[in-house]
This record gives sequence, structure tokens and C-alpha cells, in this order.
Amino acid sequence: MGAVRTAVIGVGQTRHVSARHDVSMAGLVREAAVEALEDAGMGFDDIDAVVVGKAPDTFEGVIMPELYLADALGAVGKPLLRVHTAGSVGGSTAIVAAKLVMAGIHKRVLTVSFEKQSESNATWGLSVQMPFSAPLVAGAGGYFAPLIRAYIARSGAPRHIGHLVAVKDRLAALRNPKAHLHLPDIDLKTVEESFLLWDPLRYLDTCPSSDGAMALVVAAEDVADAAPNPAAWIHGTAMRSEPTMFAGRDQVNPQAGKDCAADVYKQAGITNPREDFDCAEIYVPFSWYEPMWLENLGFCAEGDGWKLTEAGATAPDGDIPWNPSGGVLSSNPIGASGMIRFGEVAQQVRERAGDYQVELKTGKALGHAYGGGSQFFSMWVVGRDKPA
Amino acid sequence: MRDVAVISFAQETAENDRERNEVEFIIPVVQEAVRASGLARHDIGFTISGSCDYLSGGPFTFVQGLDAAGAWPPVKESHVEMDSAWALYEAWVAIQTGEVDSALIYGFGKSSLTDVHEVFNLQNDPYTVAPLWPSTVNLAALQASALLAGGLDGRDVTERDLAEVVARSRRDALDNPYAIVGEDVDVDTLLARPVTSAPLRDADVAPVTDGSAAIVIAAGDLARDLCERPAWIRGIDHRIDAPHIGTRDLTTCRSARRAGEEAGALQGGFDIAELHAQFSHDELILRNVLGLDGTTINPSGGALGANPLMASGLIRIGEVARRISAGDAGRGLAHATQGACMQQNLVCVLEGE
Repeated sequence: MGAVRTAVIGVGQTRHVSARHDVSMAGLVREAAVEALEDAGMGFDDIDAVVVGKAPDTFEGVIMPELYLADALGAVGKPLLRVHTAGSVGGSTAIVAAKLVMAGIHKRVLTVSFEKQSESNATWGLSVQMPFSAPLVAGAGGYFAPLIRAYIARSGAPRHIGHLVAVKDRLAALRNPKAHLHLPDIDLKTVEESFLLWDPLRYLDTCPSSDGAMALVVAAEDVADAAPNPAAWIHGTAMRSEPTMFAGRDQVNPQAGKDCAADVYKQAGITNPREDFDCAEIYVPFSWYEPMWLENLGFCAEGDGWKLTEAGATAPDGDIPWNPSGGVLSSNPIGASGMIRFGEVAQQVRERAGDYQVELKTGKALGHAYGGGSQFFSMWVVGRDKPA
Repeated sequence: MRDVAVISFAQETAENDRERNEVEFIIPVVQEAVRASGLARHDIGFTISGSCDYLSGGPFTFVQGLDAAGAWPPVKESHVEMDSAWALYEAWVAIQTGEVDSALIYGFGKSSLTDVHEVFNLQNDPYTVAPLWPSTVNLAALQASALLAGGLDGRDVTERDLAEVVARSRRDALDNPYAIVGEDVDVDTLLARPVTSAPLRDADVAPVTDGSAAIVIAAGDLARDLCERPAWIRGIDHRIDAPHIGTRDLTTCRSARRAGEEAGALQGGFDIAELHAQFSHDELILRNVLGLDGTTINPSGGALGANPLMASGLIRIGEVARRISAGDAGRGLAHATQGACMQQNLVCVLEGE
């Protein structure tokens, strides 16, 4: 890790909904940014640099929208970076912001990610057929469903496991006032009876399409020590990518995910993730990705992920809560979804997660995002206490 | 700050290439930059690219790019939706954290797949400006008009000044095998050609170019071990201005000036400067705000010779580094820009040992 200890001292996010007709893109990102700055006890003038992340520009139809957002984000006269690493982008963006501080270049960095999906249609935006390439007009669900079927075939998981995750995360979201979906009546039967989109994924096994933004203020140790609210100390950051077209890839349990986890665990001194973390916010856009990532991230042996889900270990009252905020299954402004994971674990270790606060024992939590064809990964570990 | 240097550079350009896709543009420059660096691909600590989805017309252009650059076993990797000069900045930051000692940076884009000047209107405010559909050239022409009307710090600017930039750039481009436009032309001949977007003529506008570039950077002793004469990054900074051109004084460029100040560029002393001036008047503005009068500008012919968007800024850094490593220059300035009327600017100061 870099020489400068770094922490999250401000977190802000919009409520997430299908369509924010009341704000422009600038209004949307500013809402999250102002909330994060207030949490950090700062104004825009205190910020040294701004890092913006979002998924493909086809989602809003604006090329490099951060150029147009420069004044709304108080970035005029400052450095402004724009990160785009597919679905992992929210996480990668937070990591780029953190590195500016760790490297000793800046002391106070504002990082914001967003998607205003109501400006377009994400499945269309993801499905443009590129010249000279095979048509794969499938959207994300169509891409991941065969991988999920492969997981089921490998692990022998019963068919209802995905539905259990769909119910668990939606019930968790009822405690999160900013979550997009609030479905108090959801149960296994409702999910099973929702229509089939891509076998085995039913409508309620998938994430919504949301408008929303997330913002963090990342600061150096001396600034964090003087911050008005508790800091979430960054104990490790890691990113890994692997190619799309490579016959040696295991797309169900990708090597890049395993390598990324091993790297971030080593930095943070994590030897047994199930015991060493108080909770995790993991990118689960389709329900089955909970058991799949439980294995990929080493929370259990390969083939056992579905057993943890079935036993309720990942529920808010389980021994290792996953996505106590309701997760991507309850709110999905795509470009922000990774940063929401990173920010939600910061809130947990700051004990500022409101009605979905988990009990802190180790004081450490894992934030995770992935993207592309299960090939881009970003992760961080945050803690209540400063790293050694 | 750790000492970091450019140790290798490769580029590829073409006019309206109908044979090769983006991947085929990336593979040769990555292979050449890695080969020339002396590092094995998987000994390079960090990989990052810069590209724009709207050039290819679909999402995730960089994903296929990663396959071309090589990512197995998995690599530490990132991507900016910016000119790849900013990817180099992020790579420089990664080295500053101490986490890695070297990085591969590449950028690519095929501007010929679309009417890029029209499509890049979509960079403007989507609610108030983009619906009016000003093209990149339309907005640049407004800036050129402001310059001709208002002058530069009290000095008059004429169409002849613009033509002098074009004539010099086109002549220098003749010596650059990667330039796609070059001619031995004098100012009067240029001024006799038709005005196409008043006050600009076609030759005032950078040519639509397909291309790619790759650079390997390395820290301290690693750079010294690998490269006889590394081009050290003595300062690098980038800044942005407000988006709406009505809020800016278009006869100057505050963000370029500020980036130059923060990069330590304003004390001058440069043998060469490579400016990402995509319009002739851009060079006049940049020379003024960066205090470069008297410095050799754009010996490669600059962006007026070849301008592969998303790689062009990185090429400016590569062109300066290449000359320093060859011993042809001791100290140079490289500049990159993006956004309407040079909204966002990066300045990099490079030196020999």
C-alpha cells in the first residue's frame, strides 16, 4: 500500500428510482456529491480533485458526460478523471480516487459515479452489434444465464437457491430508504411465479434499471483525523482483469476474481473472510451470483456457496451478512452500483448504516464489483480502525 | 514523488482504414512498445488504456482492446474514457503509490467509422447545447473568430497567423512517416484556398485519422536499467474548464495555463513542445498561455498532420520522449486536450538525465 493512510470520510447517495424526471444528470450527481461533502464537513472548494465513473456512454447518449458535469461537480480549475471499466467501474473509480490520496498527490478527493438509465435502455445499450463481430444481442442477463446454468450443473445446487437470494436481498432493502425496490410482500412463491427471462433467471431474480448516483469523499490521514464523522479506513484495494476470448478461462469461477480477492485479503490481513469480515457488499445483479461469488471470493469451498445461502448465513442476521443494504438486486444505476457497494461497507464500519447496520466485531468489511463478461474485478477492504 | 520515465513508444496511423479493426491497430503498437521496453509483457505491473465507445458506435470498445494487449494470467488493469494521455497520468499515479514499478499505456480509435465532427456534438450539454447540434468544427470556428476579433493579450491575430501554423505543420509532417497529411506549401497558397467554416479552412482542421499508440513507463533504477536515455517525467498535471463556452474567455485557456503551472512548465527552457492543437488557432492560444514563443513547436507536424482521437494526446508525449531518448532534445513539453474548445488540458514536462 501507499505511504499515506487513506479513509472515506464522506458518503452520499441519491434515492434510486426507475426515472428521475425531476433532475438533470447534473442535478442527480450533485445531490450525491453535496450529501457526501456535508458528511465530510466540507464544501466543493475544499476538494483537490474529482474522479467520475460510469458505465458506457450509450446509456445516456452523452459522450464523456463528465465534461458537461465539470461545473456541477465543482471541478472547474481542478483535475477531473473519468474511469470506465464496465460493471466494475463504480469500484474502480473509488480505487482511482483512493490512489490519488495514497500516492500523496492530493489530500481530499471527491469521487462520484452515476447512471441515469431512464435516458436510454440499458439492454439495448449493451447489445449494439459491433462491426466484424458475432451478434450477441443478449443484454447482461442473456450473457450470464448460461454461466449460471453451468454453475448449477457443477455444484448440484437446488433450483430454488437463486430465488432465496432474490427474496433475502429485497427484504433487506425494506430497511434501506434509498433502495429502488421495496417489495414487502415478496416470498419464494412470488419469485418462482414471476416470468422466465433467461433460464433459470426469472424476472424477480434480476436487478432493476435505476437512476441514481453515489459519491464519496476520500481523504488523507491528517484530514480524516480531523473529520466531523468517523472514518472508514482503507485497508486494501485491488483490481484484476482477464480477456474475453480465451478458451482457457473459467467464466463461472474466474481467475481474475480469485487473484483480486487474494491480493486485497493479503493487504488487509484477511485469512478467513467468513470470520474476518463483519459483512460484505458484493455485486450480485442476478440472484445466482451470490453462491457463485461466495466460492470465487473464498468464503467457502468450491461447490459449497449455495449451502451458505440456503442455511441463511448471508442473511442480515446470519454469521456473514451479504448485501444488508439490499444490494444490486434492489438498486442498480449500473455505473454507480460498484461504488454503492464500496460506500455501503464504509457506512457499516462507520456505524452509519441506519436500520441495516450490522453488528461490528472485527470492524472490517469487503466491497466488491465486477463487470464485462465476468472479467473485470475491483475490491476494497475498509475498517473501523486504522491499518497497521 | 518517485522518478518515472517513458522508456518506449510506438504508434500507428492511417487515413480511413477499411482493412483493420481496433484490435488490429492495438496489437502492433503494444507488441512494439513492450519489445522496445525490454520488459516481458507480464513483468509490466499495470495496464491501462484510453478509448471512446462512441468512435466504434457501441459499448465497451476497451474490452476487445484488452484481449489485444494480453491479459492472461489476469492483470492489474484500468481504463479511462479519455484521451490516453490521461491513462498515462493514472499509470503514473499507480507507480507513485509504490504498488507497481512499470506500466503499459495504450490508446486507440477509428475516427473514420463515423462523421466524428458531427457525432462529438454529443459531448455538449445534452439538454441545452447538443440539441442545437454544433459540430466540433463549428465550435472551434467560434473560438477562432473570437481570437481574430479579440486578439491575443492585445496582439492582433490574423488569418495569416493561422496559415503560418498550418504551413509549418504541413511541411514538418512530410518528415513524419505517421502523418497522413503533409505538403510543402506557403502561406499565400493556403490563404487562396476556400474558407469552409468561417474563418477556418480545411487545412486549419486536424485530419480525421485512425490510429493507436502505446507507451511503457518505469520507475527509477528500473528505467535506467532498461533504457539508455529515459525520458523522465518531471511534472504532469491536468485541469478542466467549465463546459459552456459562453462562460469562458475563448481567446485564452485557463485550464491549460493552470496545468502548465502545476506541471512546472512555465519557467520555459524547452527545446521542443508537442501540442495537441487540433485547429491552427489552438496552437496560438497554447503557445501564449504556456509561454512557448521561441520553442520549436510540433516537429512531428502535430495533430494537423495526424490526429487519431484517444491516442493523439499520448502520441504528443511519445513524440517528445522519443526525441529525448534519441538525444535530439534535452527538455520538452507535451500537451493533450479534449472537450469542446480545449475544455480539458494535460501538460507533461519531460527531460533527459
